[in-house]
Amino acid sequence: MHATLTRLGSLDDLAARDTPAARLDPRAKVIATLGFVAVVASFGRHDLLRLTPLLAYPLALAALGDVPLRPLLLRLALAAPFVIGVAAFEPLLDRSPALSLGGWEVSGGALSSATILLKFLLSLSAALLLVATTGFDAVCVALRRLGAPRALTTQLLLTFRYLFVLGEEAARALRAHALRSPDHPRPTLRAAGTLLGHLLVRSLARAERVHAAMRCRGFAGDLRLLRSFRLRPADLAFLAAAAALLVAARAADLPALLGAALGALPAGGFR
Amino acid sequence: MSHHLVSLADVHFRYPDGTPALRGASFTLHHGESVGLVGANGAGKSTVLLLLAGVIFAERGSVRVGDWPVTPATLAHVRRALGMVFQDPDDQLFLPTVEDDVAFGPANLGLPPEEVRERAEAALTRVGALHLRRRPPHRLSGGEKRAVAIATVLAMRPDILVMDEPSSHLDPAGRRALIDQLRAFEHTKIVASHDLDLVQDVCRRTIVLDGGTVAADGPTGEVLAGRDLLSRARLEPPLRVQACPRCGSGG
Repeated sequence: MHATLTRLGSLDDLAARDTPAARLDPRAKVIATLGFVAVVASFGRHDLLRLTPLLAYPLALAALGDVPLRPLLLRLALAAPFVIGVAAFEPLLDRSPALSLGGWEVSGGALSSATILLKFLLSLSAALLLVATTGFDAVCVALRRLGAPRALTTQLLLTFRYLFVLGEEAARALRAHALRSPDHPRPTLRAAGTLLGHLLVRSLARAERVHAAMRCRGFAGDLRLLRSFRLRPADLAFLAAAAALLVAARAADLPALLGAALGALPAGGFR
Repeated sequence: MSHHLVSLADVHFRYPDGTPALRGASFTLHHGESVGLVGANGAGKSTVLLLLAGVIFAERGSVRVGDWPVTPATLAHVRRALGMVFQDPDDQLFLPTVEDDVAFGPANLGLPPEEVRERAEAALTRVGALHLRRRPPHRLSGGEKRAVAIATVLAMRPDILVMDEPSSHLDPAGRRALIDQLRAFEHTKIVASHDLDLVQDVCRRTIVLDGGTVAADGPTGEVLAGRDLLSRARLEPPLRVQACPRCGSGG
């Protein structure tokens, strides 16, 4: 558990480096990422090929931020089982043929399944790259300055901070359990319930102490962080490039246009 | 600021579950004093500190900090005058980076950003932690966290520094560094601790709490030499005044 949390925190370490992506105004990256996720979500369940040009955004951001592939893939793999679980049922629900590729018939369900996986890959990689090039705290401050509710950004900041403390407490509790239960080092369902209950009670007690400490230093509902943001020409250029990609991908069938231009695909694409 | 900087007069307090914590505690502290607050678990040390900081309020009796009675209406004044360092630094360091955390208090005082930065830098320099400014709190050692927690309070420039078990979770070197820092501060200090050696090093005056009342109050050397008193309060004399376990000399 401790190792998992350390991996989570290491994305923040990547953001601390001086790279072109890290130098961009966090607000520009937040706007671009939110727009990107919204556009990805707006595509239909059979729009697999129309989504592919959007791969350019995470690839460009990863290149600008010099983000290594391995930590990104590790985090994607952590979340993948949930999405694979959803996508796995699609081929069973829709077996009607949707397209033909070189004599191979692809069912609507298979196409839909692949689209879900690509949407997941695009959306999560964009969110991870936002943190890896900006830092979680700067993302929260940017969200706040863009008008996100104070309660939301405060919760996000405190959750991120205390995730590590809670993780250490959980790891200690699990270790203590394992040491006194040599034949069953993993807690039973009942023991796990008790451990979770203890963690909840401890978290409530800690929350009260943290709130007291915050009030002692004048907390009145707003977490003020020392961050000064400034939009520069590079930020505007980044926003313009991201907007151009999103508008083009949404308004036109770029792979079909490319295929038509090359004479390899019909102008209607694979719809 | 009043010459009588801090006072408790016949203060009573019980926790919501009915456990009595203080039963008529009274004392007065003067400007510039360094006072150790000692006692066994449940003696009421932490309760006194929470009352002074206005985290909880007395059921009966009065608590004053400077010119102000500690009430919900005077909290803004009280908390400008008195800074509290909590027992667990993880309770105190709640922001993403050390610098953010140290700047949090001054920012809440409504100071301009330049002054907030200047205060944060000065406070971190004072505790020897300026090099940690960009680090997230979960990456700090116990001693580093303690130093930064003290800096968060120093940045607000309080007249009175109040600390709850400041040496807990510290290794010997960290503890020694803490003692040196505390001795260098000119603030009025109240240190609640089981660590009587630390109290002997840092505080000129010691108040012994026992069962929610003041059992003794006097110069640290005299109070900590009272073996019967300490025994009644379920405390042990500091190691350096105990006799050698082999030859029986000293003490």
